[in-house]
Amino acid sequence: MRALTYHGSHDVRVDTVPDPEIVNPRDAIIEVTSTAICGSDLHLYDGVIPGVMSGDILGHEFMGRVVETGSGSTLKKGQRVVVPFTISCGQCFHCKMQQFSACDNSNPAEKQDLTEPLYGHPLSGLFGYSHLTGGYPGGQAEYVRVPFSDVGPIVIPEGMDDDEVLFLSDILPTGWMAAENADITEGDTVAVWGCGPVGLFAVQSARIMGAHQVIAIDHHPHRLELARLMGAKVIDYTQTHVLEALMEMTGGIGPDAVIDAVGMESHGFAPDNVFDTIKQKVGIGADAPHALRMAIMAVRKGGRISMPGVYGGFADKFPLGALMEKGLQLRTGQTHVQRYTKDLLRRIQEGEIDTTFLISHRLPLEEAPRGYANFKNNQNEWTKVVLKPGTAAV
Amino acid sequence: MTYRTFEEDRRARRARHAAQPGGAALAVGLGLLLLGGLAARQYAGQQAPRRPADSAPGRTARRRRFGDYAVTGRSVTINRPRRDIYDFWRDFSNLSKFMENIESVHASGDITRWTISAPMGHAVDVVTRIVSDRPGEEIAWRSTEDSEIDTEGKVMFRDAPGARGTVVETVIAYRPPMGELGRIVATLFQDEPGVQARRNLKRLKMLLETGEIATNRNRNDG
Ligand SMILES: NC(=O)c1ccc[n+]([C@@H]2O[C@H](COP(=O)([O-])OP(=O)(O)OC[C@H]3O[C@@H](n4cnc5c(N)ncnc54)[C@H](O)[C@@H]3O)[C@@H](O)[C@H]2O)c1
Ligand SMILES: [Zn+2]
Ligand SMILES: [Zn+2]
Repeated sequence: MRALTYHGSHDVRVDTVPDPEIVNPRDAIIEVTSTAICGSDLHLYDGVIPGVMSGDILGHEFMGRVVETGSGSTLKKGQRVVVPFTISCGQCFHCKMQQFSACDNSNPAEKQDLTEPLYGHPLSGLFGYSHLTGGYPGGQAEYVRVPFSDVGPIVIPEGMDDDEVLFLSDILPTGWMAAENADITEGDTVAVWGCGPVGLFAVQSARIMGAHQVIAIDHHPHRLELARLMGAKVIDYTQTHVLEALMEMTGGIGPDAVIDAVGMESHGFAPDNVFDTIKQKVGIGADAPHALRMAIMAVRKGGRISMPGVYGGFADKFPLGALMEKGLQLRTGQTHVQRYTKDLLRRIQEGEIDTTFLISHRLPLEEAPRGYANFKNNQNEWTKVVLKPGTAAV
Repeated sequence: MTYRTFEEDRRARRARHAAQPGGAALAVGLGLLLLGGLAARQYAGQQAPRRPADSAPGRTARRRRFGDYAVTGRSVTINRPRRDIYDFWRDFSNLSKFMENIESVHASGDITRWTISAPMGHAVDVVTRIVSDRPGEEIAWRSTEDSEIDTEGKVMFRDAPGARGTVVETVIAYRPPMGELGRIVATLFQDEPGVQARRNLKRLKMLLETGEIATNRNRNDG
């Protein structure tokens, strides 16, 4: 089959690799019809997440048709499914508590050794996201072996377009969980850093959850415009003093909750950020949490910080004092996708949520490398890239 | 936590009196290690300035060698009833399903012969005798004269709090042999004590909770 593989930082290629097979009883094989490039893939692309090996198949946002099932799978051949990026067994302590991204049983035992020393506990399995999370072949491919196919994939009724439901695999639930972690109540102001796919869905979710106002912060005009369409007020940080503006837009109180939808590769020329970016380039496992620092400074006393943005290592000059002295709460994590898919599918069917506004480009899988380069370098216009395996290159 | 019965406690106290550096004492020391944390600490404490013992298991002590013996162990919580896990383990032929380096297991009565694969095509024969078997609670074994490695171990099962299933706790002590075999055994157990034990118990948990062992292999030949 054809698949997008990693060969080094900023070097991804579409290669021919062996087709997957059923290996474990609960497996299913999915023929991919749509798969997206995620902001998280850019962290791999930029080489700031360790443990990616040459030849690894990337991609964790995908959907398709079931073409083969193991004896323990409950799926049927021909069904259309969206597959959560988190691989979860459904039976361990964490899965039973719906903490699916903390599954004990999805990361192979020998791979768990990689993250246990780093984080104190091993990470769970994720598709196409480095050997730290299992080294599972990812979804930017023609076929994918899906473990625990009886608990993860959600069956999509015929008649719904791929574009409407593909993002159930990650960014829609991620935006939703980000808003849920902000614990929104009536009258709240929620500030969202980053108007990428995650930030935009967080804006949309926060509105649905009843926030009085949502303020979105970025520097790309088109992305800010999308946030405005989702019902947010916007701040362009290249034009405006973000902290001052947030205080003034909240009657001197500050936002009740803040959401960091930027993650470890924050942009900008603030001194702390330039320093962080250099450290990241020399490769000492440092994160660039500029947006997070700002969010912590901005949030009101006793407020909530929700952090869907991905971090991998250690942060310098983290405003720990502000966190403690202002009595803040911080919630984060890889999304517990399986917890949200059913409810969000219903909201899409009922027309409450639209996800198609986000897609700026649809490319054949063969053109995935061009998709990566543009999603990274032309972020303003390239808001989300969907790859279509099996279609011809243009 | 230490999990000692009154009886174990008494044995530990007796052993403490008997334990002196030297061959006989080592054997006693080894027995002590398997009894539980406190006893192992106290054994270790005889070589170090005295401090009050803490509650941690002996195998988490900063010094991991007790005389000639290396001790390794690990706990895992498995979301299954105690008796099911005991039964699965007690049928030793099941162990090769999740213990990576067990090549074959032959049990006859109390004696079990294990062929354990080691790096570079080597294999080590370990022969053990069951020294304690309490259904649903514990299985303990000790190597016999025929064994190529001097080792002793036990696995204990107890109910986990809050309906989380069963805590499975293994402790293995072994004396690395001299020479070539010693080097093989050292690589077998790997540098960090407990690496094998840790991986094996994780695979056991996967198998018993999910019915399969997680792998990133995409093909059966790969
Ligand atoms: N928690 C999860 O399960 C999960 C799932 C998916 C993605 N993520 C993470 O969420 C983050 C965002 O993902 P995405 O797909 O939206 O990525 P993206 O790269 O498309 O978007 C990031 C946006 O942040 C903006 N930005 C950068 N620096 C900023 C700053 N200092 N202030 C304000 N905005 C700034 C960028 O201009 C860009 O628009 C990434 O870190 C990604 O890894 C997490
Ligand atoms: Zn993603
Ligand atoms: Zn699980």
